[in-house]
Amino acid sequence: MTFEQFIFYIFATVTIVSAIGVVTMRNPVYAALFLILAFFTSAATWILLEAEFLGVVLVLVYVGAVMVLFLFVIMMLDINIDPLREGFIRYLPVGILVAVIVAAEIIIVLSSDTFNMAIPDPMPLSYSNTKALGEILYTEYVYPFELAAVILVVAIIAAISLTMRKRNDKTKRQNISEQVRVKSKDRLRIINMKSEEKQ
Amino acid sequence: MIPLSHFLILGGLLFSISIAGIFLNRKNIIILLMCIELMLLAVNINFIAFSHYLGDMAGQVFVFFILTVAAAEAAIGLAILVVVFRNRRTINVQELDQLKG
Repeated sequence: MTFEQFIFYIFATVTIVSAIGVVTMRNPVYAALFLILAFFTSAATWILLEAEFLGVVLVLVYVGAVMVLFLFVIMMLDINIDPLREGFIRYLPVGILVAVIVAAEIIIVLSSDTFNMAIPDPMPLSYSNTKALGEILYTEYVYPFELAAVILVVAIIAAISLTMRKRNDKTKRQNISEQVRVKSKDRLRIINMKSEEKQ
Repeated sequence: MIPLSHFLILGGLLFSISIAGIFLNRKNIIILLMCIELMLLAVNINFIAFSHYLGDMAGQVFVFFILTVAAAEAAIGLAILVVVFRNRRTINVQELDQLKG
């Protein structure tokens, strides 16, 4: 067994175990932490497949942003876990049965000779995966790339407009433009009046 | 070296585990969202494995787009979750039956 194989099997085992942890953990915080571990080890697997840029993006975008968002929402909501776990034991046999059948079917298909491809030679050290991905992304796939940007903008607007709440107007706050526009006669009123009699 | 089928089997196992997760955690929307993320990860592993073994960069471009869409989906899903929790004080799927006639 070469070192590369050794690393792959270690990472694959950790990924599978942490995926099982995600679906069986009682506490959603632990499930989110196991999902972070699964993403991290799969990033290592992707780097093993010479997709270095996507491995780094997976760690940055998923572990750094999406999972932090998940953890933030889990901790913000006051969740009562017990009613959510009802039926876990009842559906356990069906869930395991379906999962085993799906996995067995996939493995049967994948062990055919069709997928027995020649292992490609490793790229030379001067090869840059980021450069190669950028070259194809900004030429052939530039239109889908712009569509992806539009999707992200739509997601930003949707998330903000869904969760934004109107402030109630009883709170006191400054209106800067009103303060700047104010004139002296708005604040000070000069009136004529007779002087008081001497007592 | 590692044959292609081992990477594909890793993706298949991840996918079947997340299917089981959807069966087991039917009531908890947060875990359901996490299972969907896990499924997308399994698909991405397949894409990258094929991209490497066929020497075609298009697979990696697809993974890039899947990551983008999945991030947007997670953000909107969690926003909907927050709104649901604010209105109903629960995230139990069984109790979300307001549209029932």
